This record gives sequence, structure tokens and C-alpha cells, in this order.
Amino acid sequence: MSQAVRIETRGAPLARPVTRKISWAWLGLAPFFLFAILFLLWPSSSLIIGGFQDPTGNFTLKNISDLFTPSILNSYGLSIQISAVTAIAGALFGFLLAYAAILGGLPRWIRTALMTLCGVASNFAGVPLAFAFIATLGRTGFLTAFLRNTFGFDPYQVGFNLYNFWGLALTYMYFQFPLMVLIMAPALDGLKHEWREASENLGANSWQYWRYIALPILLPSLLGAMILLFGNAFGAYATAYALTGGTLNLITISIGQQIAGNVLYNPNLGYALALGMIVIMAVCIGGYTWLQSRTARWLR
Amino acid sequence: MKKTNFWAWLWIVLGAVYFFLPLYGTLDFSLREQRGILSLLAYQNVLNDPHFRNSFAFSATMAAATIVIGLLLIVPTAYWVHLRLPQARPIVEFITLLPFVVPAIVLVFGFIRIYSGPPLALTNSAETTNILLMFGYIVVALPYTYRSVDAGLRAIDVRTLTEAAQSLGAGWFTVLFRIIFPNLRVALLSSAFLTFAIVVGEFTLANLLNRPAFGPYMVLLGQDRAYEPAALSIMSFALTWAAIGLIQWFSRGAQGQGQLAGTR
Repeated sequence: MSQAVRIETRGAPLARPVTRKISWAWLGLAPFFLFAILFLLWPSSSLIIGGFQDPTGNFTLKNISDLFTPSILNSYGLSIQISAVTAIAGALFGFLLAYAAILGGLPRWIRTALMTLCGVASNFAGVPLAFAFIATLGRTGFLTAFLRNTFGFDPYQVGFNLYNFWGLALTYMYFQFPLMVLIMAPALDGLKHEWREASENLGANSWQYWRYIALPILLPSLLGAMILLFGNAFGAYATAYALTGGTLNLITISIGQQIAGNVLYNPNLGYALALGMIVIMAVCIGGYTWLQSRTARWLR
Repeated sequence: MKKTNFWAWLWIVLGAVYFFLPLYGTLDFSLREQRGILSLLAYQNVLNDPHFRNSFAFSATMAAATIVIGLLLIVPTAYWVHLRLPQARPIVEFITLLPFVVPAIVLVFGFIRIYSGPPLALTNSAETTNILLMFGYIVVALPYTYRSVDAGLRAIDVRTLTEAAQSLGAGWFTVLFRIIFPNLRVALLSSAFLTFAIVVGEFTLANLLNRPAFGPYMVLLGQDRAYEPAALSIMSFALTWAAIGLIQWFSRGAQGQGQLAGTR
């Protein structure tokens, strides 16, 4: 905002006639808006509209009501479950890690190393990540073989399977908790020493400090980060596809099958599937942005 | 050792195990193609595979095009918003957040709906599909690129630099390419490396648009080989590490540059 005010008061550009300035200035953004319309807004709005049309182009709500059939609800449910599980577990583990590195009294280099590793790990996703977990925890993977040969313990004998829900969740965790560390580190840095000292001077113990001061301040960024983690897993396609070969019926996998035409082909139902995803993602990102703006108040 | 210190160490060690164990496992696995001995056979097989070279070259070329066109589109836009149109900032920022709302799988679905028929049948030839794919990559990388460039512009005095250049007789082209771009080199290099890492490993867009990129090649190889995918995984990890390492090296000292991205 201060930028805007300063520009207004500087004067020089205002010397031109006002109407002409406005039209020319907006023209400078024309390439960007053209790009955004052609490759982002038009394609996604065409799916939203397509979700409300029948194959001949007439308005209908049938596709939307068809979303509430068991198999499609299962798809959404599975995606929501895996996103929620990895968001909560990732947030918990990521928070503890960030807390340990920043406020745990460890040497400074631990923190630097952790941030670098998390930067790498949160970007190491998709097909290579799936391969890494297959090589490590697959039926003949390194860790599976090690456990079997050394301890006579076969994880696959006791119900573990990398290619089902929990295996995929374990794989998603590899990019989930580092993301949490990266988001929480600035928020934990924002906890001022003075607050703790002030609360101790007033006789608060450690639990009271956390319950009444630190946690309320951190809560918006904690929740915001969890929402972001949720969306992060919800939109994932490549990792799940490469790991399970499309056998796990996630919503992204279903949409991929619709595009490839491998299922009973009803494009308009496919558009409605995509519409459902857009709605869920929009709620996530909207919630995240709102919580972020609440956090910003304390992080000065 | 204090009690808090013990718990802190415990979580750090657990995190390190989660991070390094799959990497070590993959590395070990990738070296065992020949029974009984450690060898680089899997790596040799991958590197000698013409499909590997072709698909990697294709993706690297796409990444270069994405970086150049993307920056030519985004830097002037962000610059213009800073200098002349601060009132457009909320709209532009909203658009740059949209790729989070529209995941790659949904985006490519929309592309196919719009561009597989008239009036703009881009998917009918390989060349135009490549162009579509490149713009798709620009969309996927848009949030990170825009933020990086925006942070870079905040750190320099855009107005003074522009006015100084103009009073010395520079035109808009000179201002942009000889003043603004060089002053943003840290931000530009960061976003370039990040874009490169995203595009080279990308699977969703390339696969569903049927282009012979590196991501789909990896999945194909994963379906009928055991050790080569592990070798590929180690190689792409090295690539990610190099990209992120270079970003952190270039932007050392800059605050709050924790970049997060990727194609899940």
C-alpha cells in the first residue's frame, strides 16, 4: 500500500492527461491477461460450464447429481482421506521438526541444513519419488530385503503394502512434512523472546505460555499450512499414477482415465469431476489466503 | 544434556532418517543390477538408451523455452504493476494464485477440451502441441516465477532506476533489458532453476498431451524394468538437488526465499 501512496504523490507521471494514462497503462498488461485468459481462465471455465451441460450443449444439473453416485463419491472420499491423513501427520511431524531446529537449542548449522534438505525434499515429488519408494519399500526393495534378511521380519507378511492407501500416504509424507517445515519456520521465528519473558514475569509456566500466548498466535499459520498440505496432496497425480499404476481410485486418477477415454466415456461427467476438484481446491486456497492474512498481523 | 535438547535431537534424527533412508535405499538398489556385485550397469543402460537421451533433450528444450517465454511475459508485467499500475496488483496476484486452484490434471483436461477442435485445433500437430505444452508449463510455474520476480522488484528501487535511465535517454526496451533484467538476476536465476526442475520431471501435462517428454519416459521404463528406474530416480534427485542448491547459493542472504513447488 505504501508503494501505491508514494507513487501517487511523486507526481511526474500525473503530468500527462489522466484518461490517456489509464488506457495506455492497462495496455501494458495486455500480453499477460491474454496469456491468462487463453491458457488458464478459458480452459478452466470451459470445464466448469461443461459440467453443467449435456452432450448437446443444453443446460443440465444431471452431471452434478451424477457425482453423488457411490463410485465417484468413493473417489472423492479416498482423495480427501489421503490428503487429510498426510496433511495432519505431515503438519504434526513438520511442526515438531521445525520447532526442534528453531527453538530446540540445537547448533545453528542444524537449522540451515534442515531448511536446505526440506527445500530439496518438497521439490522431489512425482515419478522419481515413487521410484525411490519402490526401490526402498517395494517387495524386493532395499529396506524390505534388509529387514527380511537381518531380522527375519517381512513387512509384507504383516499386512504392509506400498501399493495401497498407507503406502501411498507414506510416500506423500516425503514432500508433505518438508513443506510444513518451510512454512512454519518463519512463523516460529516470529515468536518474540519478549513475549515469553513477559509471561514468565507475570508468573506463567511453560504450559500456560503455550496455551495462552504461543498457540493462539501460531494457530492461523498452523491451520493455513495444514490446508495447503491438504491441497498439495489432493491435486497430486503423477506420484500416485507411477506408484500404483492407476489401481488406487483417487479423483485425479479418475479424471486421468476420463481424459484417456479408458472408462465409459461421458465427457460432461468428466467435466463435472474436474469442477468438483476446482471447488475443493478453491475452498482450500481461499481458506489458506484468509488465514495467511491473519498471521501477517503478528509477523512484523 | 538438557531434556528439551534430547527431544529436539530425536525429532531431527527421525527427520534425517525419513529423508535419507529412501535415497540410500534407492542408491543401493540401483547398483545391484548384476547379481552379487555392485555395478553401474543400470546407469550405463539408462545413459545408452536413445529414448532416454531423446526424451531428456525434449524436456530440457521445453524447459528452456518455458523459462525464456515465461520470464519475457512475467517480468515486464510485474515491472509494470510496480511502476505504473499498483491498483492492478490484486488482480494479477489473484491470477498467479489460480494455478494452485486448478491442478495440472484439470488444466490439461481444459486444454484438451478447448484446443483439440476448431477454432484453435492446437493438438492436431506436434509443433502446436509443443507450444500448448510450453504454455501449460508456464501456467504451472507461474506462482513461483511471479513471486520470485515480485520479491526481486521489491528489493530494488524500480522508480528511481527507471527515471534515471529515462533521463539519460533510454527507451522502454533499454530500461527493461539493460536495467531491470540485470538488476533482477538473482530472482531470475532462482525461478529459472526452479522452472527447469519442475518441467524436466513433469509427467501429467506431457503424458496426457502425448508428448515424448522425460516424465512419461520414466513411467514407461518403470513398467518393465526394475533397476533402471532407481538409477533414474537418483539422477533426478541429483538434478533437483543441483537446482535447489544453486537457488540457495544465488539467493543467500535474501530473506524468506523458501521456494516450494513441484509436480506431485
